[in-house]
Amino acid sequence: MSAPAERSVAVNGVPCRIWEKGNGQPLVYLAGLAGLPRWTPFLDRLAEHRCVIAPSLPGFPGAAGHDTLDTLLDWIAATLDLLEGAGFTGGDLLGASVGGALAAEVAAMAPGLVRRLVLIAPFGLYDAAMPPVDLWGQKPGILPTLLTTQPDTYKAFTAPPEGADANEWPIIQSRANEAAARLLWPLADTRLARRLHRIRCATFVLWGVDDKVLSPRYAERFAQEIAGKTTVRLIPGAGHLADLDAPGACAEAVLAAIQ
Amino acid sequence: MKLMWFHLMPYTKLPDNFRQRHNSVWVDIPRSLFDPEIGHRLYNEFMDELEYAAAVGFDAVCVNEHHANGYGLMPSPNLIASALARRTSDTALCIMGNSLALYNPPTRIAEEMAMIDCISGGRLIAGFPVGTPMDTCYAYGQNPSQLRQRYHEAHDLVLEAWTRPEPFAFNGRFNQLRYVNIWPHPLQKPHPPIWIPGGGSVETWQWCAAMDYVYCYLSYFGYKAGRETMMGFWREMERLGKDRNPYRAGFLQFVGVAETREEALKLYKEPAEYFYGRCLHVDPRYAMPPGYASEATQRLRITSQVTLAAQRSAVMTQGASWDEIVEKGFVIIGSPDEVAEQLREVAADLNVGHLMLLQQFGNMERDLAAYNTRLFAEQVMPQLRGLFDDEWEDRWWPKPLPKATRAAPQALAQREAAE
Repeated sequence: MSAPAERSVAVNGVPCRIWEKGNGQPLVYLAGLAGLPRWTPFLDRLAEHRCVIAPSLPGFPGAAGHDTLDTLLDWIAATLDLLEGAGFTGGDLLGASVGGALAAEVAAMAPGLVRRLVLIAPFGLYDAAMPPVDLWGQKPGILPTLLTTQPDTYKAFTAPPEGADANEWPIIQSRANEAAARLLWPLADTRLARRLHRIRCATFVLWGVDDKVLSPRYAERFAQEIAGKTTVRLIPGAGHLADLDAPGACAEAVLAAIQ
Repeated sequence: MKLMWFHLMPYTKLPDNFRQRHNSVWVDIPRSLFDPEIGHRLYNEFMDELEYAAAVGFDAVCVNEHHANGYGLMPSPNLIASALARRTSDTALCIMGNSLALYNPPTRIAEEMAMIDCISGGRLIAGFPVGTPMDTCYAYGQNPSQLRQRYHEAHDLVLEAWTRPEPFAFNGRFNQLRYVNIWPHPLQKPHPPIWIPGGGSVETWQWCAAMDYVYCYLSYFGYKAGRETMMGFWREMERLGKDRNPYRAGFLQFVGVAETREEALKLYKEPAEYFYGRCLHVDPRYAMPPGYASEATQRLRITSQVTLAAQRSAVMTQGASWDEIVEKGFVIIGSPDEVAEQLREVAADLNVGHLMLLQQFGNMERDLAAYNTRLFAEQVMPQLRGLFDDEWEDRWWPKPLPKATRAAPQALAQREAAE
């Protein structure tokens, strides 16, 4: 994998990293829990066909500034600022996990902006019969097996990148964790349910069959409540971070959906 | 030297196999383990003990706030403090304290503490902890990433509510109030002394120095474990150009005193083992929510052993043995002279003018708590009394109304009957 091109845009005055790789129509990717500590095979596959643009949400690796975002409205405005800064003026939007919750908000609040929406195990809904797992009330060390079916892949994904400051890297990782908690604490219910009917674009929902964080049954609720034509695809062998667990299968599914 | 008597109000009937059978004493402790009839008895006994401590001459009685906690039955310490305001006359009332970020609006704290200050004739010490992760983020659902921001804003709001002479609007980041105008306001002017219980965070030390507040280190692990933290505090005070007035600091210590050391070892073993075994059985899942520790504190933890120790002490994954409890000084045990000598050393070594003593701990019965308290008051207290006072002034102690002008409870029915 060759490295993506890197630039930076300011959101609320704080720089946020933007990675870009590939040619063709732009496809913007908002990452999930842990953010993007490094470029991934999934994004690389997409970049064979599309110009993949991956902006870092505030607080996730490559960006800070989450601590000024107090409300969901602050988060949505920051996400719109970030997309604008990344040069996204309309097109296909892909979001996973935390990034999925915000991608759905963007599609609901600025319906003209998103041509096709792809959501990979997005947060945002809360069903008392199958509540999202308490991500921040877990025994130490359990996260890799909770988030993925490939704990070693996850550990390699979140290991300090070459040249990273060994003391600073844990801070960057805990900042990503904090940013997600800042948006989702305590129940991971962003009340997205109230706005799903405003998503009018064609939507593709992808979910790991073995997601231990959010039940794949949430996919049905997205399909029922989104106004646009919505297709669901479950990925066998994948956990919550499905695009990390099954990069090939996820990339094929995404590319087929946005052809 | 101020000697303050502190109660945690532990539930004393946790089962013997609590550690083995149950996950945690905090946050998800089974509701079925609390029996309200036992609760009724315990509250009354614990309040007896607090009143007794006041009666035998402690300078203050202290209460604190915990939620969903089997060793702290005071979700609202203000309720206990207000009862104590009526049942004590000269003793300071130290609420150690109210977790400011948990109240909406935080003016509720300004009001309740003003009430207690008025009822007690100006005997209130207002403690403002951020609160533990277990209390604030898990039991009370506060967002750990916003907790400190909310805490500081709530502090500013309470302080303004206490001191501004006219009604005002408060347009905070988290609190918007068109009319802030608390009735009553506190008797002590400009406001009751503010004390900050905290862990070993440099930012808290700096803030206490800037605001001229008392910093309190409330560890359950005694003076040996607390030494590094207090040394760090005093180094920071020196760096900031502050004097070494020991009354800038408070420190918590468990104490068990008896006629002889042998007797003390016999008497206090069971309640101490109950506390360090069952009461500190906290699931580490609830210890470190993301954002609770600032990035500066996290950096310090990565590079410094000092705060690593403090971090570890928040949660006890193994129960401590009695030998360890005694040897490591979690509980200071001994005859009155031995305890006095050790506490003199603690006070001098840690340079602490406000000693908060836990003399009821674990499942200790009321009679033993009273014995521990009385023996301390009679034979230990006189040996510590004058410490520091020739050199330093306690600028952080309540200033009540003169005794002659203070109201006292009147039993009207009895008076009528007598007439």
